[in-house]
Amino acid sequence: MYTNHMHLEFDSKSENERFARVTAAAFATQLDPIMEEISDIKTAISEAVTNAIVHGYEGGEGTIYLDGEIKDREIMFVVRDEGVGITDVKKAMEPLFTTKPEEERAGMGFMFMEAFMDDLQVESEPGKGTAVIMTKKIAER
Amino acid sequence: MQQDETMYIMEDGILVVNLAKELDHHNAMGIGKRVDSYIIREGVRQVIFDFSRTGFMDSSGIGVIMGRQKIMESIRGKIYVRNMGKEIQRIFLISGLHKLVEKETESEMK
Repeated sequence: MYTNHMHLEFDSKSENERFARVTAAAFATQLDPIMEEISDIKTAISEAVTNAIVHGYEGGEGTIYLDGEIKDREIMFVVRDEGVGITDVKKAMEPLFTTKPEEERAGMGFMFMEAFMDDLQVESEPGKGTAVIMTKKIAER
Repeated sequence: MQQDETMYIMEDGILVVNLAKELDHHNAMGIGKRVDSYIIREGVRQVIFDFSRTGFMDSSGIGVIMGRQKIMESIRGKIYVRNMGKEIQRIFLISGLHKLVEKETESEMK
């Protein structure tokens, strides 16, 4: 089985949202994905990193960890922070769009991650941090 | 580099927001504030978001459009979107924003 791994650490700064998604997309290119799959990965990573910055570290200082792992045609990304954590993960994952349309934060972060990746797991502990684990299968062509 | 950033053009009282190449949390807030200042200071009641240069947008971009939509609704203004590529259209579809925001067609505006 073909495997490959990458690890990245960066400051919790909005400037790094682009850096993280572009890096993740570049790592995925070895699976020869189509444009749409690259775009899916970029969006999902952008959402997870934005959540870590905005909610995990609440706009303050911190380190965000991005891991990428390839196993054959499957790519997994883990976006982890050591921020405030989420008390009720299930509730946080509910799409807020219809129930509570916030002014600036659309409440669609997890919804987008779910829509653009094949699998989404969220592990969180209040006071310890949050890990978002996303997997996507890249079709063979 | 400036070519990559959002540009604001007034055309016959209509604000055209020529959006940046990429729209994320990092630049979304600034765009919202800038559009709001046009609404408040210049009395703009029609805003067109032009996506012709935009190849990436995440839910932060959706937040900005939704926020402006809400403001415009309350002051009887209107927002339009135009020139969306495939990637952006997908984001609109998944977020449900396509049901809230009108696509601008040339005949309607003039």
